[in-house]
Amino acid sequence: MKVTRRSLLAGAAGAVALGSTTQAQTAADPSKVRGKPSRAVGQRAAPEKVQRILRSGAASSTPHQDLMGIITPSDLHFERHHGGVPEIDPTTHSVLIHGMVERPMIFTLAELKRFPSHSQIYFLECSGNLGRTAGPDTTPGMLAGLTSTSEWTGVRLATLLKEVGVKPGAKWLLAEGTDAAVLTRSIPIEKAQDDALIAYGQNGEALRPEQGYPTRLFLPGWEGNASVKWLRRIEVADQPFMTREETSKYTEPFANNTARMFSFRMDARSLITAPAFPKTIEKGWVEIQGIAWTGAGRIRRVDVSTDGGRTWTAANLQEPVLPLAHTRFRHLWNWTGGEAVIMSRAVDETGYVQPTKDALLKLRGPGTATYHLNPITGWVVQADGKVVYKEEAWG
Amino acid sequence: MTRIRFAFMSCALGGLAAIAPLAAQQAPARFGIGRPASPAEIAALDIDVMPDGRGLPAGKGTSAEGQALYATKCAQCHGATGKEGPNDVLVGRDPRGTFPFSQDPKLPHTIGNYWPYATTVFDYVRRAMPPTAPGSLTDDEVYALTAFLLHANDLIPADAVMDKASLPKVAMPARQFFTPDTRKQLATKPQR
Ligand code: HEC
Repeated sequence: MKVTRRSLLAGAAGAVALGSTTQAQTAADPSKVRGKPSRAVGQRAAPEKVQRILRSGAASSTPHQDLMGIITPSDLHFERHHGGVPEIDPTTHSVLIHGMVERPMIFTLAELKRFPSHSQIYFLECSGNLGRTAGPDTTPGMLAGLTSTSEWTGVRLATLLKEVGVKPGAKWLLAEGTDAAVLTRSIPIEKAQDDALIAYGQNGEALRPEQGYPTRLFLPGWEGNASVKWLRRIEVADQPFMTREETSKYTEPFANNTARMFSFRMDARSLITAPAFPKTIEKGWVEIQGIAWTGAGRIRRVDVSTDGGRTWTAANLQEPVLPLAHTRFRHLWNWTGGEAVIMSRAVDETGYVQPTKDALLKLRGPGTATYHLNPITGWVVQADGKVVYKEEAWG
Repeated sequence: MTRIRFAFMSCALGGLAAIAPLAAQQAPARFGIGRPASPAEIAALDIDVMPDGRGLPAGKGTSAEGQALYATKCAQCHGATGKEGPNDVLVGRDPRGTFPFSQDPKLPHTIGNYWPYATTVFDYVRRAMPPTAPGSLTDDEVYALTAFLLHANDLIPADAVMDKASLPKVAMPARQFFTPDTRKQLATKPQR
């Protein structure tokens, strides 16, 4: 950002005589120029141009190639919506819970915040998080950027269900958003009474509009679509509602000519985020790193291969390894030149091993929907150091 | 909060025993936060329709009525006959009838080929279509459009009347091909 006369005047006033409107973007020696005054809302350093990858008006991806650690900055959390991002007045917004309950009730946002709160770091992944037709010029974010990790805060849905009193025989509930898609999903009551949240916070502040401001359902470890955003209503019932999103969409054809429905859990997956396209690396020590996650709990191990999957070595996992959250892995590699294929493979605490593309293809068939595809993927380090995505043919 | 303040007060009074904290409060059975929802407040939002027809409103419609509505309100996005797009293909029956979606990437997931429940058509169109004016259709219009889409997919005869009694009874050939999630249930529940 340019230092202008006005910003200097607005700043430390007359004491600063150094400024000129022609000054370069960054001072040659910052220690010789008085810096900027404090401000109410911070911003990224001017040279940092990190941004989401826009896929359409209805989705954008987290640029994992640009990120570190396990937390996704809120403004880079992926988004997917079916009726645009609504603008909701938090002072009039409320959540209705009714159906098979003793006391149908309405909770305003302010009332939801009066209940005991729970905060936890969780990943959230769209079930359609794989670019199957990705070419060599694909970044990690383009390939699998529909997963992000935040600290979510809210009230446990179980607490609210106690407040309204669930009637015997209740097995499912419907969650409904107040966006233009009025999106609905059916949720098993067991999840609702376990770790489901009605979330209103993300990374220490209110939810972002794209993530459901002011209230969303949050179902740890489950496909993102079921964590209904802009939540306005929950109806308790004895059977699933068979909404469009859980029949026509978010169901997966299998090779035996069936389709799986209500496949909520996201299975273990890993993604190398560096080095990856569009990077070019130098010979010598390279830190291979990436993220791994599983809807089954904790990541137990991430194996890295630098020879196209012939041999594997366990990577270092960033501690603490949190359940149902991205886990960062790091692996030191001495690249001596020549083409190499680097890959990663996650193993979770249940012993589940991230599958190969061929194993998935055999089970699911070439025509299957893109939901719940978590194959091992890799990157080709070319002899000149340029890194490109290792293309996969899905038939 | 209360606990800490209490401890401070005890100290101020000179009581050394107050260093040990008191036991945490047990959550009550109910907090008494929130207010009862009136039947009218529930009715204003309760628009969902279940597979057995619960939630379907009064009203009715036929395919002929729906055809005219479809041409003016839907065809520009879903094609003149529901097969052409540019948005989701709504109409088409695969002659094989064997649900070969996994092997055939080109086979469109239409209402006739893929949708397991007819009630979903009513529920979805009423809440979300057309995207330019969601929630603008009357219940009779939604019944008529549903009849049109079901008839175009060879699921009901041309003269069938769709209403809250008839719609849940429409047989959907794809239903038999859907299976629940058979992935291994987790032996140990993930720790939260
Ligand atoms: C402006 C374009 C547009 C118009 C007009 C429109 N639709 Fe749609 N329709 C869409 C889009 C886009 C989707 C997919 C939405 C999504 O996936 O979130 C869709 C989805 C659907 C679906 C679900 C398809 C599936 O396979 O899951 C049905 C049914 C449908 N529309 C019916 C209608 C009817 C009936 C009308 C007329 C009242 C209509 N649409 C008007 C754009 C349109």
